Amino acid sequence: MKPEELRIQFPALTRSVYGKKLVYLDNAATSQRPLKVVEALSDASLYHNANIHRAVHCLASEATDLYEQARESVRAYINAPLKENVIFTSGATAAINLVAYSFAEAFIGEGDEVIVGESEHHSNLVPWQIVCARKGAKVIPLPVDEYGRLVVEILDSLITGRTRIVCVSHCSNVLGLVNPIEKIIETAHARGVKVLVDGAQGIVHCDVDVQKIGCDFYAFSGHKIYAATGTGVLYATKEMLDILPPFMGGGEMIGTVSWEGTTYADLPYKFEAGTPNFNAAVTLKPAIGLLESIRKDEELTQSSELVKTFVYQRLISNSKIHLYGTADNLSQKIPVFSFTVDGAHHEDLALILDKMGIALRSGHMCAEPLMHRYGVTGMLRASFAPYNTMEEAEYFLACLDKAINMLV
Amino acid sequence: MYDEWLDKYEYLIELGKNLGDFPEEKKTEDRLIKGCQSRVWLDCEVKDGRLFFTADSDAIITKGIISLLIGVYSGRTPEEIASDDFSFVEQIGLKENLSPTRANGLVSMISTIKQLAQRNV
Repeated sequence: MKPEELRIQFPALTRSVYGKKLVYLDNAATSQRPLKVVEALSDASLYHNANIHRAVHCLASEATDLYEQARESVRAYINAPLKENVIFTSGATAAINLVAYSFAEAFIGEGDEVIVGESEHHSNLVPWQIVCARKGAKVIPLPVDEYGRLVVEILDSLITGRTRIVCVSHCSNVLGLVNPIEKIIETAHARGVKVLVDGAQGIVHCDVDVQKIGCDFYAFSGHKIYAATGTGVLYATKEMLDILPPFMGGGEMIGTVSWEGTTYADLPYKFEAGTPNFNAAVTLKPAIGLLESIRKDEELTQSSELVKTFVYQRLISNSKIHLYGTADNLSQKIPVFSFTVDGAHHEDLALILDKMGIALRSGHMCAEPLMHRYGVTGMLRASFAPYNTMEEAEYFLACLDKAINMLV
Repeated sequence: MYDEWLDKYEYLIELGKNLGDFPEEKKTEDRLIKGCQSRVWLDCEVKDGRLFFTADSDAIITKGIISLLIGVYSGRTPEEIASDDFSFVEQIGLKENLSPTRANGLVSMISTIKQLAQRNV
């Protein structure tokens, strides 16, 4: 399939802004929604709407079936052993907060340590700061070097007898580098330390086989892989999910409830308190279906690679531009490009490019410590999806030059 | 529509470039306007019962916007500024098409100018 054929499925990509064709390059923040995902959401809301896992009536069983089919799609896609390993959440942030809270209750005490990658976005840092503050534990950064590479070689020396968990992203949302998570997991596990992988970007651009990766936790959002907003997944090993206490109480997470005490439901429901976002969760099935077909499509893969290489080469060879997150081998780089321009503020560039029809992100990208690391107040980020064409990449680079000339 | 906007930006960039110097030592936390993506500092002095503003920003378009605002409000009495409805911002088309985050920046600039005026009434 050509990118042009894929684009047809996304109504937003046919629109204009300020009289210019929309060029959507903010895919790392959220992808656009394909028609069939929106149809699945509206179909579930309009015709199969009943609270799941409760009533015996027809609608309730249809709604429950759709919800569980979505869970099975996720399970199969990430190759989790059982549906019990797949917890639905409202997004990657909620999934990580769940782990942080429950893991801290079970394993983190005073004087303990949690190692967090220096390039993590706030969602994989702040939850750990919160639980560590509560437990009297410490958050230790695993540094990145000037190229944006996690300095994995020192991980072993950072791990102490008090280290409980290592939390890193599969790919940084700023640097766009694929982190060597297998190596990290191997190092941590050899020392008896658990690993959480934030897959918010990884699930979009990498093949994810949780058993092969060997992580204890893998978290991601649905809205970055074409599903409805408010959907998310936590994969965790059964060993962990059996030990961890629930994060929230109420709804169908119970076994029996009495004043004397309450028992909890079996997995995965133990961690799905309250009424889940079941109408939206249904969209994970068509979304994953699309993601899978995109990743299997040779023509699309080839065009994405060409666009990525073209943009990377052009940005890195421009002396006015400083690109963060560089790699010798572009197979280790996802099409997420964060950069600064000498003499031009990221906000000014984003404002001007917006008026040229180009949507991209400016600011600290929810990763302030990383901005401090590189001594900047913010960056500009262009993030591509398989539906972005070479023509769009060329237009973006031409407009970027034009915007720079207006400012510098 | 597009060219019209670029013209506006060109104009704001010019305004920003021409804004008078703002001393480094005045770039303090308490002069920083919260709610903008870029950093904007605003200072005000009272002379003969009138307010005179100076400002700076690390982003040039924002600097142009604040320059426009203080150009309009500098030299007026605190009472005038405090009771002004700032409708000129909409009249010149600055507010339209600004997304919430950016509008917040503009809103924060306006509310800081108003607060400074109220403090001096």
